[in-house]
Amino acid sequence: MMSLYVPGQSWLHRCPAGVKFVLLCVISAVLLAMHDLWLLGLAFVATLMLYASLGPQGVRQVSALKPLAFLLVILFLFHLMTGDWQQGLRLILHLGSMVLLANLVTITTRLDDMMAALRPIFQPIRFLGLSPSVPALAVALVIRFVPELLRVYNALAEAYRAKTGARGSYRLIAPFMIQALAMSENVAEALSARGGASGFEPAGSARDKNAVGGAAMKEEIPS
Amino acid sequence: MTDRSVVQIAFYAALIAALGLLPPIAVPFLSGVPITAQTLGVMLAGVMLGPIRGVLAVLLFMFIVALGAPLLSGGRGGLGVFAGPTVGFFVGWPFGVLVTGMIMKATKSWPVWLAAVVAACVGCIGVIYLFGVPGVTLITGVPIDKVLIGTAAFIPGDLIKAAIAGLVAQTVSRGLPGALLSRA
Repeated sequence: MMSLYVPGQSWLHRCPAGVKFVLLCVISAVLLAMHDLWLLGLAFVATLMLYASLGPQGVRQVSALKPLAFLLVILFLFHLMTGDWQQGLRLILHLGSMVLLANLVTITTRLDDMMAALRPIFQPIRFLGLSPSVPALAVALVIRFVPELLRVYNALAEAYRAKTGARGSYRLIAPFMIQALAMSENVAEALSARGGASGFEPAGSARDKNAVGGAAMKEEIPS
Repeated sequence: MTDRSVVQIAFYAALIAALGLLPPIAVPFLSGVPITAQTLGVMLAGVMLGPIRGVLAVLLFMFIVALGAPLLSGGRGGLGVFAGPTVGFFVGWPFGVLVTGMIMKATKSWPVWLAAVVAACVGCIGVIYLFGVPGVTLITGVPIDKVLIGTAAFIPGDLIKAAIAGLVAQTVSRGLPGALLSRA
């Protein structure tokens, strides 16, 4: 639910995430430099064939273009009216293949693998005195927070509906924020109690952490 | 960076996602024009967290979208987002939030709601369009004035969101004064 990943065993699923990522960057750059309509058409067909190589499941994923279709049609009509239909077609082929190719990497790579492949770009934060695992923790926190926030909002919206009959209102957002922020405070405390965002390694704030950890242990004894 | 900062950044990244997933919220004086609240989340990140943490929250959200989570309103996500014609607006988010947060910091003597509305309008409407509109021109070759006409339809909705951001910031800063980190 939280990912566009489509489970499968195809050759693209087995290809390492880092390789796919680098290839995507290279191919996109090449596509950007291409202006010949025939070559672009060929690239678009080749992209569709890549989807087809994933089987019927893959063909269905071409629908990723759907949210873009309306905009592409308008852009084509615009170029048609200004008398340059070739430019319009070029645009559709350009955007169509680039979006589909990028989406191909997304649907064949698990979120965890993508995260692992992109990990090297977080190495520099070591110099800020942070553990490179902090971004991974932040990603996990967001993914855990989203359903929780929706739960808080839905509880409020339900109460609001029971009282007013209306579906939802901008008025709910402030109380929603206050409730949700209070919840996030608890999460922050729990995180500190378990050694903090960087784990137990950095010695700088050890004293501080022990204090919080001690308090949390007292809490946990009865349970 | 403290644990609390990490959680706050993650919280606002999740808020941007959650507001994009909610059914469009009805606004009384514009009945029939449902607006998705996602960019309201972007505004709130800048208004509430201030420039640095606000930008980090938005970058974290964008990163998760790039990883493949369908969290952009309409269920879009993945790397394809970065190849689309409206990518300029998306890329403009962190810059808009940076300006929004800086305005919040610079207007500490103003009432919260006023500062929030001004900050959201300048940062999260002005700056983001400054990136988005030329971006569309650059990618599609449509002249900039035509793009401006096309995107003008979204401006009333954006102004309403800035007003709601002001209302929310004012209410939250009364209920939980510590939550308005942009002024802490």
